[in-house]
Amino acid sequence: MNIHEYQARALLKAAGVPMLDGDVASTPPVAEAIARRIGGPVVVKAQVHVGGRGKAGGVKLAATPGEAADAAERILGMQIKGLTVHKVLVVPAAEIASEAYVGLIMDRETQRPVFMVSPAGGIDIEEVAARTPEKIRRLPVDPTYGLLPHQALSLAFFLYQDFAKVRAAAQMMERLYTVFTHNGCSLAEINPLVTTPDGRVLALDAKVVIDDNELFWRPDLEELRDESEEPPAEAAARRANLSFIKLDGNVGCVVNGAGLAMATMDLVKYYGGEPANFLDIGGSSNPEKVVNALKIITADPAVKAILFNIFGGITRTDDVANGIKTALAQFPVKVPIVVRLTGTNEAEAFKILKGIGMAALSDMDEAVQQVVKAAKGAA
Amino acid sequence: MSVFVNKSTRLLVQGITGREGSFHARQMLEYGTQVVGGVTPGKGGQLFEGKVPVFNTVADAVSATGADTAVVYVPPTAAASALFEAADAGISLIVCITEGIPVQHVARAMPYVRARGVRLIGPNCPGLITPGEAKVGIIPGSICRPGRVGIVSRSGTLTYEIVNHLTKAGIGQSTCVGIGGDPLIGTNFIDVLRAFQDDPDTDAIVMMGEIGGTDEQQAAEFIKAHVTKPVVGFIAGQTAPKGRRMGHAGAIISGSSGTAEEKLASFAAAGMGIMKRPVDVIELVKERLK
Repeated sequence: MNIHEYQARALLKAAGVPMLDGDVASTPPVAEAIARRIGGPVVVKAQVHVGGRGKAGGVKLAATPGEAADAAERILGMQIKGLTVHKVLVVPAAEIASEAYVGLIMDRETQRPVFMVSPAGGIDIEEVAARTPEKIRRLPVDPTYGLLPHQALSLAFFLYQDFAKVRAAAQMMERLYTVFTHNGCSLAEINPLVTTPDGRVLALDAKVVIDDNELFWRPDLEELRDESEEPPAEAAARRANLSFIKLDGNVGCVVNGAGLAMATMDLVKYYGGEPANFLDIGGSSNPEKVVNALKIITADPAVKAILFNIFGGITRTDDVANGIKTALAQFPVKVPIVVRLTGTNEAEAFKILKGIGMAALSDMDEAVQQVVKAAKGAA
Repeated sequence: MSVFVNKSTRLLVQGITGREGSFHARQMLEYGTQVVGGVTPGKGGQLFEGKVPVFNTVADAVSATGADTAVVYVPPTAAASALFEAADAGISLIVCITEGIPVQHVARAMPYVRARGVRLIGPNCPGLITPGEAKVGIIPGSICRPGRVGIVSRSGTLTYEIVNHLTKAGIGQSTCVGIGGDPLIGTNFIDVLRAFQDDPDTDAIVMMGEIGGTDEQQAAEFIKAHVTKPVVGFIAGQTAPKGRRMGHAGAIISGSSGTAEEKLASFAAAGMGIMKRPVDVIELVKERLK
């Protein structure tokens, strides 16, 4: 789960990471009041879950509170990469002597949290990694012991020569590690980590991504979710315990299992169609899930035909058939539905579907070809 | 022969009295797997299905039954501790079916499990099956048949789809291993490929990968250097958009890495047969078994 910069800042601040005081506003007058309280020039920053805010015009410098209000006026409501800005962060404009990068990610290869630090901060770290890999120092942390003091120091020495700055940066890395472990993060990043002309070391911007698997037992973290940052259909799917991603095509797909769902989308494309979504109803046999899945898919006007592709293992295909029956009784679906079912209790499932006048197929290729044809016929 | 599990596997089911655990324990018993015990704290002394003894701890279960393998069905909040417990009790193979374990919990358990020389398969995996001998996990026994093709996959139902094609075409399997869809997993493609390469009863290998990460690319390198048996591969997620997690936590294209194109190119460079569709597995495997 992505959270906003202002929320990430709050997590870092609570752990004692030094940063400039700022606050969040959803109206220009509030932005102005924050700027007045801060005194001096401020930066007004769009709060959206995408990168490249600066380039899109979502970050503006304001010399006076009045200018801050103007900047907020222009940024609020702005669209950045398809997302509407509802909030701005107002922070003091810092005088910057140097910019560095400090990030902590859960690394698949070492299976540990890995620190990545670079004296080349403020820009896209992937670009630094690709162009000048020697400017990045990586350090896997053994979660049994956490970040050890000498490790934090060695990372900080890679960034600074001055020992006062080294000590300050090392302490920030230890605190960033605490943020990472206490909040179930898959990423925690300070970019840029700056030094000021008067020698302070500060976190200027923060990014935190929380592991979705932490949320069900950490309601405090779940509260950080901003549903306005998600397409409404995806938020509805999440609440229904479905894994759903909207795509641009017109063939709606309902599948059990993530791998099979991806393979189904690929096969739709192979036979000349365009998938409208990724949707995994998961392993359980709850007919309610099928009802919710159909509701979400049929809400998309682009969908011209729907494919069910169910390989029954733990999922009982008769439960899915019952779900289809229940859903169609609740609300009419105007587009053709092609059903492919095979595996656990398939004979029963075929019987249920036959009862409501639907034929089902047992071959995946045949079903995909049929649904692609149906979508084209309707398009 | 086969890899990791066979008819002499002595299996313990962690979470045997739970909803998932009890359902699948029954299925494994029906398949003929030697389920020698179950563990649910507080329910020690009971008999599951009138014949499988339930213990309070894995240590008790191991000393009473001589179990060597454990399969974990406990809920995500307790699953990591189940891994620690099994490793501590001297189990040599742990298969973790549980989905949704926080990745940092897995990261903490991993070094502990490894330090004790234990193999972990999963988490968030369908387990494995050696057709005709033993089923550990949730792969439906009915779609498999004994044979000489080794299967390794990151997915569940996609594996069933492909195994089903093989079985219907009369091509049996030595062992099918689902390694799991999480970013951190105990056994990767290379571990399983090595086992199949060394297994005298496996003649060919089918490998099913997904977008995200670099495991498939590394596996392809390994195949090029160390696998003499024919390998056929599939990558799911060719139409997946960048930066979106496709169900599995591990299936996400970040930046320019982890794309299907990149993975398929590495397969081609390793001389593997490449399936464009799941059904292509039949012809590709047949050609290579001639």
